[in-house]
Amino acid sequence: MAQQLTIFVENRPGRMKSVSDILLENHLNIWAFTIQDRGEFGLIKVVVDRPEQARLALADHGFACALKDVLAVTAADKPGNLDKLTTALLDNDVNIADAYGFVTPNDRQGMCFLEIKNTQGVDLEVVVAAAGFTVVKDEELYET
Amino acid sequence: MEVLFWNKELETLPRPKLEKMQFQRLQKTVDQALKTHFYQRRLGKAGITSGKDICCLKDLQKVPFTNKDDLRKNFPFGMLAVDFEQVVRLHSSSGTTGIPTVIYLTQEDLNRWTDLVARSVVATGCTKKDVFQNMMTYGLFTGGLGLHYGAERVGMTVIPIGGGNTQRQVHVMKDFKTTTVHITPSYLLHIHSKLSEYNMDIDELHLKRAFLGAEPYSENTRLKLEELYGIDAFNSYGLSEMNGPGVAFECIYKQDMHVWEDAYIVEIIDPVTGEVLEDGAKGEVVFTILTRDAMPLLRYRTRDLAFLHPEVCSCGRTHRRLSRILGRTDDMLIINGVNVFPSQIEEVIMSIPEVGTNYQIQIDKAGALDRLTVKVEIYAKMFTGEASALDALKVRIMEKLRASITINPRIELHEPGVLPAFEGKAKRVVDTREAL
Repeated sequence: MAQQLTIFVENRPGRMKSVSDILLENHLNIWAFTIQDRGEFGLIKVVVDRPEQARLALADHGFACALKDVLAVTAADKPGNLDKLTTALLDNDVNIADAYGFVTPNDRQGMCFLEIKNTQGVDLEVVVAAAGFTVVKDEELYET
Repeated sequence: MEVLFWNKELETLPRPKLEKMQFQRLQKTVDQALKTHFYQRRLGKAGITSGKDICCLKDLQKVPFTNKDDLRKNFPFGMLAVDFEQVVRLHSSSGTTGIPTVIYLTQEDLNRWTDLVARSVVATGCTKKDVFQNMMTYGLFTGGLGLHYGAERVGMTVIPIGGGNTQRQVHVMKDFKTTTVHITPSYLLHIHSKLSEYNMDIDELHLKRAFLGAEPYSENTRLKLEELYGIDAFNSYGLSEMNGPGVAFECIYKQDMHVWEDAYIVEIIDPVTGEVLEDGAKGEVVFTILTRDAMPLLRYRTRDLAFLHPEVCSCGRTHRRLSRILGRTDDMLIINGVNVFPSQIEEVIMSIPEVGTNYQIQIDKAGALDRLTVKVEIYAKMFTGEASALDALKVRIMEKLRASITINPRIELHEPGVLPAFEGKAKRVVDTREAL
């Protein structure tokens, strides 16, 4: 599964930059990111090409950060596709705890990252495929 | 465990003999005090014009209290009881509150103080084989020189490094195989947080024990330090008005601090009424020093809150034990009418593994009411990345604090290493309320 790195930062100017500086120093490529505002602090969530290296680099600088498996799904950029996906997940009792998605402008490809609570332990790849979408495989995401 | 003594006879003197010694020394001390104008007036008003007016130890209660303000008002020479040329050392407070205070010692006074410090460090198991790195500030502050002289008298190898310059401290600890340090707890925590930055492994150090002092800290902080370094950490108690360190020290059993009662009479009083309390009751600690000719102080109010253990210690010493300082009569914060001690807040924070060792207490006004904010740092190793876990953590800290101090604080979570870590006395309370 894809891995998301969550980083605890204080909600004040310059904290996002200190994270991006460290990622740059380590030549890490960011594929997606989002920030959750939690009042006096925020949680930066990033998906990068080498998650473990990113975690170690940030931890070395004293950041509190943690890796988590997330579901990476691709779909064609078409009205109704998100609804199809959420219906399939609901039918299998899968709860979405957090999600972020985007469309790449050139090839009109939709992509989303889902933090999920899979209490029934269903095979997500099968569920997603049955709805007509694709779970991005590790070998497509990461160099092996 | 092997119990070591510096002066076994004095340290294990049966109580009746110890109290007889105290009484004889008290009479002499009163006579010595009467050589100063301050005590002539103060004691005269209470009908005491000679040491003979004290007929038993209990008569000490006829003696009026002396407090910090008396020392300020009589600065610099008003409480000096010998010719100034007899004075071989003086220590003075920083005077951050305004007027400084000063303490004088003759050669004999200094000798007796040094002996008490030597007794203290031996009680913790130190011998002349130990290497002692003294990270306490030298100079006018008594903490540095006091322990320095005592450790030297025991024959320990003393490294008079003083405070600050953390990287050098760590290298000196490694190079000379330091076994014993004298340090503030906040600085010892700070050093630990820096070890990885200096590529130093805890196993490269030879530390066995630490003497903690000069600032308030909780039992959980002591336990945390002992665990982090794999050492014994000893509580100690001293104040410059009573010479400095070596007033009370823990023995190897670490069940609170033996007050050297041949040199000090300790009383616990009700801070409001001044009434002397029974052993075991919590109140303000009051000391009379029996072994200082240059500047006797009778019934000095420390403003520290603690209690005395009535039980005898397993080490065999007959000198009673003073509890850790539970607060200061003047550190006490009054928040929306409720008395809160910073030590209560620290105790709670140190019991929560998900947060680090630095913290800050902030008090301000929200409308007409006081608002307490407790800032803590996330402990990186316990971070899971779950927002819900952070919310639950805040609630848990808040509820634990409410259970301890009865008021509702706001909790703020911060990144590791951003709250001020102090290389000296920790100033962890920021009170921005306007004084009424």
